Amino acid sequence: MVISNKPLRFIIATLVACLPLISFANPEQDTVKVQTEVAHQATEEGHEGAHAEPTDVKSKIKAFIGHHVLDSHDFTFFSDEVEGKHYGFSLPVIIWDNGLHVFSSAKFEHGEAVAESNGNYYKINHHDGKIYKTDASGTITEDEKTGFPTNVRPIDFSITKTVLSIMIASLLMFLIFAGLAKSYAKNKGIASGVGRIFEPVVLYIRDEIAIPNIGEKHYKKYMSYLLTIFFFVLFLNIFGLMPFGINVTGNLTITFSLAILTFLITNLTANKNYWGHIFWMPGVPKAMRIVLAPIELLGIFIKPFSLMIRLYANIFAGHIVLMSIIGLMFIFKSWLGSTLSFGLSFVLSILEILVAFLQAYIFTMLSALYFGSAVEEHHHEEAH
Amino acid sequence: MDKLINQFELGLFVWQVLIFVGLIFLLKKFAWKPILDAVNDREEGIKNALLSAENARKEMQNLQADNQRILQEARLERDNMLKDAREMKEKMVADAKNEAQVQGLKMIEQAKAAIEGEKNAAMAELKLQVSTLSLSIAEKLLKDELSNKEAQTKLVEKMLGDVKLN
Repeated sequence: MVISNKPLRFIIATLVACLPLISFANPEQDTVKVQTEVAHQATEEGHEGAHAEPTDVKSKIKAFIGHHVLDSHDFTFFSDEVEGKHYGFSLPVIIWDNGLHVFSSAKFEHGEAVAESNGNYYKINHHDGKIYKTDASGTITEDEKTGFPTNVRPIDFSITKTVLSIMIASLLMFLIFAGLAKSYAKNKGIASGVGRIFEPVVLYIRDEIAIPNIGEKHYKKYMSYLLTIFFFVLFLNIFGLMPFGINVTGNLTITFSLAILTFLITNLTANKNYWGHIFWMPGVPKAMRIVLAPIELLGIFIKPFSLMIRLYANIFAGHIVLMSIIGLMFIFKSWLGSTLSFGLSFVLSILEILVAFLQAYIFTMLSALYFGSAVEEHHHEEAH
Repeated sequence: MDKLINQFELGLFVWQVLIFVGLIFLLKKFAWKPILDAVNDREEGIKNALLSAENARKEMQNLQADNQRILQEARLERDNMLKDAREMKEKMVADAKNEAQVQGLKMIEQAKAAIEGEKNAAMAELKLQVSTLSLSIAEKLLKDELSNKEAQTKLVEKMLGDVKLN
């Protein structure tokens, strides 16, 4: 009887890992399934413009994934193609185009209609999900070379799906962590309630990320940013794995804004020593210093750029791969192939959970590293 | 690259930065600062508690050592006292013995002196008696001699014979 507890652990781990997948897979399945069933039918609602809705399963799945990873102006949980119905809710559209235009995204009828506001006509382009100014019939002309529409784009401050997700994540974070903060006073310095789960994580960020990378002396002023960015990225990564089809951290604009904040904080709080290392590297010959300066200067921009691309690419690719494999089920339509791709998507989902945590950690870790280099004290002489 | 740049959405960027920066400040005020302060306080408290426990332990140890020391001292003192007492006893006994001896010797001396004195007195008395007796004898003899010469001689001889017998 030398049975270790490994099998039991494995089963538990599998069950736990299964939970998000179960909730994840269903809605997607519904959507794609509906599409599959009507694959042979000709789409009754024709679409204006040169691009008709794809009709075969492969292109449909591709289009579905393509739309999923983009932002959208309404929140659709799933849609029924036979009846042309979308289950979800509309979001407010706020456009600045020589004056403020506010209307509900229901006016677009999921990209199929031209919305009119104060005498201007707008339409959502089917490819990038963005709002373009059009004429009354909704013509979108495309550039021959690049394929991008040449129509004028108004500045779009709409509460899109992504903005709504950010708001929900922020609200959730605020409730959880304000609750955690309050529970200390209530419970004589010991955390209680939901936030308690996150207390070790907060401590981990302080003790393993902030203090080792920034140093005991300066870490305090960066703590708020590091904690906020870690939980923000983590929450939105996890949101992306939940069954509403949200893709926030796989959006370049979001990762750009996070990276630019790290960039700004790094360079605005940097001390003399940091700039000295960039423009006049100590400890190397003078000629080398001149060569090193532009490289180091470029490094300032490359660092946040890598942050931006890393998070974006990881989450974006994760969503695409996972959805493609789920889509494979409907392409195979056989018990063997579909089961295999189900198993594969299951394994990938587990991987994606890991990636969700890992990317949040890496973003925070590297931000802390850059802050650390910005406030590093003048003690490198002995090292050289 | 074009596709990436085309993905950038100014409105979304503005929303994101607004919400995120707002979130940082809100959380800083309502969450991170109280949380980190509370955690720091708690850690400080734990550190202090450990330190005071350590101190208490040390104090306890000191106290125990003190106790041990005092006990040791007391034991030593008791031993010393016992030793002193024993010595004193022995000394007293010895002293008493000496005293007794001296006293005894003195008494013996005195007794001897007394005996000598008595003896001398007795001898003197005896001498006095003997001389008186001798005188009286001599008187008697003289008286007898004066009356009878023979008898006189006889008496002297007899008396001398008595003396010899003595």
